[in-house]
Amino acid sequence: MPSPESSNARYPTGRAAFPHRDLLGISQLERHEILFLLDEAAQWVAFDPREARRSDSVADPLAGLTIINAFFENSTRTLLSFEIAGKRLGADVVNMHAAQSSVRKGETLIDTALSLNAMRADAIVIRHASSGAVRLIADKVDCPVLNAGDGSHEHPTQGLLDALTIRQALGLGAGSDLNGLRVTICGDVMHSRVARSNILCLTALGADVRVCAPPALMPAEVEAMGVAPFHDFDAALAGAEVVMMLRLQQERMSGQFIPSPREYRHLFGLTPERLARAAPAALVMHPGPMNRGVEIDSSVADLPGRSLITRQVGNGVAIRMACLEVLTRPARKIEGWA
Amino acid sequence: MSSPRPLTILNGRLVLPTGDPRPGGLRCVDGFIVALGSEVAAQEGDAVVDARGALIAPGLVDLGVFAIDRPAFHFGGIVRAALMPDGDPPLDHPARVRFAAHSGKPDLWVHPLAAATRGLAGSELAELALMRDAGARAVSTGRRWIADSAVMLRLLQYCAMLDLVVVSHAEDSALAGNAVATAGEMATRLGLPSAPREAEALAIARDTMLAELAGARLHIRQVTTAAGLDLVRAAKARGVRVTAGVTPAHFALSDMELANFRTFARLSPPLRSEADRQAVLAALADGTIDVIASGHDPRGPEDKRLPFADATPGMAGAETLLPLTLALVRDRHVDLARAFALLAANPARLLAAEAGVMAAGMEADIALVDPTRPWLVDSNNMAASAGNTPFDRRPVEGRAVALFKGGVKVGG
Repeated sequence: MPSPESSNARYPTGRAAFPHRDLLGISQLERHEILFLLDEAAQWVAFDPREARRSDSVADPLAGLTIINAFFENSTRTLLSFEIAGKRLGADVVNMHAAQSSVRKGETLIDTALSLNAMRADAIVIRHASSGAVRLIADKVDCPVLNAGDGSHEHPTQGLLDALTIRQALGLGAGSDLNGLRVTICGDVMHSRVARSNILCLTALGADVRVCAPPALMPAEVEAMGVAPFHDFDAALAGAEVVMMLRLQQERMSGQFIPSPREYRHLFGLTPERLARAAPAALVMHPGPMNRGVEIDSSVADLPGRSLITRQVGNGVAIRMACLEVLTRPARKIEGWA
Repeated sequence: MSSPRPLTILNGRLVLPTGDPRPGGLRCVDGFIVALGSEVAAQEGDAVVDARGALIAPGLVDLGVFAIDRPAFHFGGIVRAALMPDGDPPLDHPARVRFAAHSGKPDLWVHPLAAATRGLAGSELAELALMRDAGARAVSTGRRWIADSAVMLRLLQYCAMLDLVVVSHAEDSALAGNAVATAGEMATRLGLPSAPREAEALAIARDTMLAELAGARLHIRQVTTAAGLDLVRAAKARGVRVTAGVTPAHFALSDMELANFRTFARLSPPLRSEADRQAVLAALADGTIDVIASGHDPRGPEDKRLPFADATPGMAGAETLLPLTLALVRDRHVDLARAFALLAANPARLLAAEAGVMAAGMEADIALVDPTRPWLVDSNNMAASAGNTPFDRRPVEGRAVALFKGGVKVGG
């Protein structure tokens, strides 16, 4: 865990270290702001809530604050992760499940935002099926807004937790970037907010990123985002030190975008044979939930020491704690942040 | 209705079909221009207007609006508006066409465009001859493309018989799908559903070929891509009776405007790349594009204050049509005479209106224009019924300072 001194020396002091009210996307962040959040999160990775409770040594930093998780799209693990993060920090966490069907009209979306605002939450976490919807709500509220996924646009906490997980697995300490690291991202890049946030986060940290997808699932001009596009997974894997697989949505598996799940696996599934084409000891990641036997084989997903998939989930809580804690500093009148 | 007093406008600069504006004036009697030039003098009993050096130009003829929005049209110097058939209910019945054709009186011409197919569904032809005789000036496929080639061919053949122009929307509907942006870096960064720009050229290729086969007159309301413009250019060269239009959005803006999910930039067809914008400018200069229209479609917050992909496409364009076209003159893409051909003479001809040109015998629809008057586009302060302009906060030059329909001053 970094000492406060080293952290102070590395980043601007007080609010200058992270001068944003909201976390809407990685695209709004500078390299040093990403590193600041990763370093903050690294401290929460070691946080043991049972120990803290027993010793009574750590006061709940967010005690008395209200966090609303407004999820306009179904989610299990991201919602749970944000809820646990808020509760570990001592905040009062309220979940609002607004099924997309009941909030389809935009006026309702704005009205919902105004209602949430009127309840004077201290932070609002939002997931929505439409790209840009979280920014739209953020413009209407007075408290920090965290994007928990908007359409195919961004999922910034996923990008951050993946970078944190890689740094941790490679034994890189506070302040470290990922300069020169070869990362291959494979799957439905077109529709993936995880892919976009990871591309932005990894390239900002200096990684050498390749993306691999069948043409129908590859976004146009993706190379403008600083990545190299591939359709041949074997070629994309050559020398890769990290392999990130993306979840293939059920509705894209038959006919529409790809002929069948087994054909997809044939070309783009991460099998043990394929993984052998990557760098020795290459790390395996997946944002979950996995389609075992389609985009990733079970033997790869469960590979001890190489698969980081469960660590990603654990680090998700730490990243979300860091984001909530940092974004509420102005409201909590932390010195230098008020 | 009693005849108005004869009108004489003096001391202006006449915008003629060719050449630079010439100092002079004009005289109108019974709603028609009877004389123009430097020799014109007012006669006993005339209403006399001093143009004070303003351009004496044809009132704008706007080929393609989605709402009748008088204050915006009068602000923008528009005296004739061709109403798209996409209302609710659509203009697919003679009675509705007749009503629409009279809805502009007394201070605006509304020229309804008949829905090409029942309900604009693209499958069954609507009663086009009855609608023509009820006042429809052309036929339109509305916001949509007719996907069924057999229906489109029958439509074009039928309209060739009736001598009606078919105004079509050019986007291959299967390829466009639910796209709200043009495939490219901006759509990729924003994670928006997108379609390749070729969706337009595919539609134009088919429609020009069918128009050629049918001997029909086809007007493609918006051509916005280099490939689409090349197809129009080639079709014209081989004698196809095709014309092309565009709105200022596609010559003044590119898809960079989508940054931050600005829904005022959500248009149909979507904004294109900078290279396509340059191709539109070249096509305006070389004559491939015949018409600049506003596409006026005022939309309030209930349609626009939404996530980008959920917002309704369209812009309030009537007020900015004239200044943004005059910017093409200032930047030397076209001369002033051609600017008014794009804004008035060409669309009037397509709508079979004896207007749009400053010549004796034409209807006296006249705009006095100060071409350099500066003003600021402000979405919070528009004459239009809604402020959804992608040109918000843009300083522009050029205002209609007075407007006459049939020799009578309109619009306050």
